[in-house]
Amino acid sequence: MNENRTLFKRNLSDFWKAFRRNKLGLLGGFLVLTAILAATFAPLLSPYMPTEVIRDANGRGLTFAPPSVHAPLGTDDAGRDIWSQLIYGARVSLTVGFLAGFIAMFVGSLFGILAGYFGGRVDNLLMRVTDVLLVIPDLPLMLVLVATLRQMDLRISPLVVLVAVIGLLYWTSTARLIRSQVLTIKERQFVARSRAIGAGHAHIIRKHILPQIMPLIVTNTVLIISTAILVESGLAFLGLGDPTKPSWGAMLNFAFDRSAVTNGAWWFYLPPGFAIVWVTLGCVLLGNVLEEMLNPRLTAHHLESNQNMIAIQKQGGE
Amino acid sequence: MTVIVVVFINFMLFRVLPGDPVRAVIGRNVRISAETQQALREQFGLDKPVFPDQFFDTLGQWAQGNLGVSWSLRRPVSEVLMSKLWNTLLLIGLGQVLAIIFGVTLGLLAGWKRKTAIDMGALTFSLVAWAIPTFWLGIILLAAGSAWFGLPTAGIVSPANTGKPLITILPDLARHLFLPTLTLTILYLGEYMLIMRSSILDVLSEDYILTSKAKGLSDWQVLWRHALKNAMLPIVTLIALNLGFTVSGAIYIETVFSYDGLGKLFQTALVKQDYPLLQGAFLLLAVSVIIANMAADVLYAVLDPRVKET
Repeated sequence: MNENRTLFKRNLSDFWKAFRRNKLGLLGGFLVLTAILAATFAPLLSPYMPTEVIRDANGRGLTFAPPSVHAPLGTDDAGRDIWSQLIYGARVSLTVGFLAGFIAMFVGSLFGILAGYFGGRVDNLLMRVTDVLLVIPDLPLMLVLVATLRQMDLRISPLVVLVAVIGLLYWTSTARLIRSQVLTIKERQFVARSRAIGAGHAHIIRKHILPQIMPLIVTNTVLIISTAILVESGLAFLGLGDPTKPSWGAMLNFAFDRSAVTNGAWWFYLPPGFAIVWVTLGCVLLGNVLEEMLNPRLTAHHLESNQNMIAIQKQGGE
Repeated sequence: MTVIVVVFINFMLFRVLPGDPVRAVIGRNVRISAETQQALREQFGLDKPVFPDQFFDTLGQWAQGNLGVSWSLRRPVSEVLMSKLWNTLLLIGLGQVLAIIFGVTLGLLAGWKRKTAIDMGALTFSLVAWAIPTFWLGIILLAAGSAWFGLPTAGIVSPANTGKPLITILPDLARHLFLPTLTLTILYLGEYMLIMRSSILDVLSEDYILTSKAKGLSDWQVLWRHALKNAMLPIVTLIALNLGFTVSGAIYIETVFSYDGLGKLFQTALVKQDYPLLQGAFLLLAVSVIIANMAADVLYAVLDPRVKET
């Protein structure tokens, strides 16, 4: 047990050393971290409440005002501060994205491990379900699902509906990935030996399978969160968000509906999009770097200059 | 198999809705007597059990192309769908073809010249393209295109040109199509480029590439004769798999550019809570994507003899 811990710790510090050298990975981490911090400390960072109307000296609302000292990113059609909406919107976008991402990851990992480890009927069911979900166009399916759930008048927040629908639709690719990984791990010698000395399924999964697929799970979670944030913004843009708690996508929906484009109010429709790109790009960079560090197949390339080739062969020979 | 599941989902989802189709037909006319309502229910088959009677009835209707009547447009759903289908196919087809041509070429270059400026540029571009929400890119291009180049912001042709013969309105059509197509191309270009790049990298790590290089072939010969064909295989599957993605893109882009196609129709049906129309559109989109996928599977088997053996 203790030995496992220290091994894990050493791996982690090795990992961090390698990660620190990767500039793109650091950039990704920075982008994601700043967004999380902004969402956490939203009240400290925003001069107004997101619903507050800024008024001029005569008491009239400052509508469609360009950026100024009063409102750093200008105001929307009702005279509300865009910057404050953006910061508070981070809370909504990130919460929905992270929750949906975690649900997808949890369901995907569970199905993937069960299907890969036990095979048989669970495996068959998984493959059928993923086959079906893989080809049904996801946006129309989600729109139809969300519309149906809303029509049922369940008295739950639109955001909960979004989390559930996104989380329960985006687990399939993860499940397949993990399944294939588990399939190779369970055939390895150490698993067979463990079984031979009488280890149970739960023990094998916990002690041998989980530690091996953990990197895969982490990488995938990061990537799925970025997908979830993008998808949420899209659904909110099409009008399925919570109008009382606007996410970045919902802000863009307002901006588009209230013709910010024809009014030339670029401060209204540009910032929310940049915010979305900021976070998703951060997640993707982070995820890609993690993947690169964990996938050895990407190191061989036979048309590259000879020096690299020799280096690779040397590594192989050692 | 998948088609059955889609049909079943479609049926279940829309039966779950509390809206009573009879209520929809009579609208707000409360004076219709209980007997008449009952008669209407019988006429629609709503007095029968949901399964199997209603299910197979509905199925039979769908098989005959009868998808019901749109609540908001008061026209048969299938007729409405067909009138928009070509517009969407035109947009998607154009965007896809351009994206594939540019994407495959750039991906090939990027994979071949790995870790050079071309590769880094291509990677950066596709990363950013992936992270940008479709509709936001559309909004930006819309704003830029209309402000700086005076391009039209909505529709497929100018109102003055509707109904005129195709040849005379071609320049106008092109002006309207330019921005939506550009948006689609930029978005899918990144995707194809990434796939092609990783696919060519995979192929280049194979031993037969090393062999042909050792044989004395130039890089171009290796790429053209040995690498390209095998690297293209994943593209074929991904064109089909991407189709679902493309349909999503069409919904966003047609909404942003007020382009009169299936995507815009879907969004309108959603906003107006026109369930028969929504159901019909979903059925059409889902089934066409599934069929395209089956076609891709067959094509894949033809292109890759290894698949046939298993």
